[in-house]
Amino acid sequence: MAVVTEAGQADLREPAGWRRTKNRIATVFMVISFVVVIIPLGFVLYTVIAKGASAISWSFLTSPIPVNVAPANVGGIGPAVLGTIEITALATVIAVPLGVLGAIYLNEYGGNNLLARFIGFMADVMTGVPSIVMGLFIFSIFVLHFGFSGLAGALALGCLMLPVVIRSTDEMLKLVPNSLREGSYALGASKARVTLTVVLPAAIGGIVSGALLAVARAAGETAPLLFTILTVTTANTNVFSGPNTSLPSQIFANATSPYTGAQARGWGAALTLIAIAFILMIAARFVTARFARYQR
Amino acid sequence: MEQPEQNVAAQTGMPKQDVAARTEMPKPAALQDVGGREFAAPSDQVIFDVRDVAVWYSSFKAVTGVTMNIHENEITAFIGSSGSGKSTMLRSFNRMNDLIPGARLEGEMAYRGEQLYAKDVSPIAVRRRIGMVFQKPNPFPKSIYDNVAYGPRINGERKKGKLDEIVESSLRKAALWDEVKNRLNTSGLSLSGGQAQRLCIARTIAVEPDVVLMDEPASALDPIATGAIEDLMKELKQQYTIIVVTHNMQQATRVSDRTAFFYVLTDTKSDTRTGVLVEYGPTEQIFQDPADERTKAYVTGRMG
Repeated sequence: MAVVTEAGQADLREPAGWRRTKNRIATVFMVISFVVVIIPLGFVLYTVIAKGASAISWSFLTSPIPVNVAPANVGGIGPAVLGTIEITALATVIAVPLGVLGAIYLNEYGGNNLLARFIGFMADVMTGVPSIVMGLFIFSIFVLHFGFSGLAGALALGCLMLPVVIRSTDEMLKLVPNSLREGSYALGASKARVTLTVVLPAAIGGIVSGALLAVARAAGETAPLLFTILTVTTANTNVFSGPNTSLPSQIFANATSPYTGAQARGWGAALTLIAIAFILMIAARFVTARFARYQR
Repeated sequence: MEQPEQNVAAQTGMPKQDVAARTEMPKPAALQDVGGREFAAPSDQVIFDVRDVAVWYSSFKAVTGVTMNIHENEITAFIGSSGSGKSTMLRSFNRMNDLIPGARLEGEMAYRGEQLYAKDVSPIAVRRRIGMVFQKPNPFPKSIYDNVAYGPRINGERKKGKLDEIVESSLRKAALWDEVKNRLNTSGLSLSGGQAQRLCIARTIAVEPDVVLMDEPASALDPIATGAIEDLMKELKQQYTIIVVTHNMQQATRVSDRTAFFYVLTDTKSDTRTGVLVEYGPTEQIFQDPADERTKAYVTGRMG
């Protein structure tokens, strides 16, 4: 452990002993953990691509859904792609503005008052509600009165997205330094001005990417759709009325059918869904970078 | 106590203007002409009349017993150790303390004869006339142009030509124009500390305030940037009234016309600390001939 060797030179090597061993053990443990995490993810991707890639083509993405007994090379999942886009878009329109406005209230206006704390608490509770319970909730208060529709599915997905959007937006608004708010107030801005022209622009990148991640998650939800859209095989361009279909619920229906053709189409649909989620993630990254233009 | 100083000011006011007219006369000589009294008050117009003010944060009394007159077109410096209530007092002048939950003010604070804390006074209207520059430069994450145009825009100015004009003249006044005129569209956060602080000053004067409050505007800057900010302050006081909080006593002597010394009183029984205004007067008198022992100890460096 000599710091200076006999020759008078400084010994700058890492000292041997227990400390070095501990460091090695920790490093090895971290690498192993990483590999363990990556393996199942890799298998999922590999399986879906291996079984689904052969099915994917433009006509597969746009053709109508055939009967389950049809062989693998017949038809496609067009109505499900259409349904997923319709329902997810409507859910986004419902949940994102509400969630962002709710978070603005929590962070900018509510402060520490009772209502704000109650809303924050309820948002946390809502995050923990199982998605199938959301589906049942919309089934009982909406579907029983108005029937199955894309709107019902969008409401269920919106209920799932809302707490996620509130929390992610809230976190982003908390990151906006108070000195920016003060700078704006000192120029004679009202609270609404400060929020609209300084706080939101400073946080918009994070808000948008948080919202896109919530959208990507909602697009893959199956359980809330099972009781709300009925999962038919025909295309329905009217999202507000009539039974609809979607990729996740279609995958569920195909995967539980005994016909190999239907199962193959299910794999293709699974790969399509992963691709949609992936595109949304990339978009989130891109949007964050775009909005971060003036951040440095 | 202030009366003799003001007489000097009245006498020196005239020759000063003469000197300004004859531009060949170098400025330092002119300053020596008035017998080293270059910081003598140029005006006795009172802009703030503060009477027996105390500021509370919930049950904590941050500063108490402040009575002072702030004069127009002067630089007034607030000095004193940490916790003596200088910043609290400064933030009371444009009601920034309203933003802190539980903050309240007792006493009277008049701005040009109007009570700042009257019921029907809007803090927004107050802050449009009384701007503020903060200790840490806080440019918005927007372009340099948008940073300066921010204030005029929230005041309803929409015309591009007029905004261009305001942006240029404000940046010129803040001595930043030449450095940024070719990159007005780059982010305000890309500037160095001193430039960012001058950007914040340009942003503040773009709304043409009456008073500029500065909370240790140069404490995060190097000596050269500090010098630039100080020159700027002296330049700006032709048009604006400036109140500046500073920990740097040389800075106070260099730029200010009047100085207020704040001090912390510690109550050992309840272990609370409250700031008080100990002494207020022309800067020279505070630094050379302070009336109070505590002021003397502080300005000579024996305390704080």
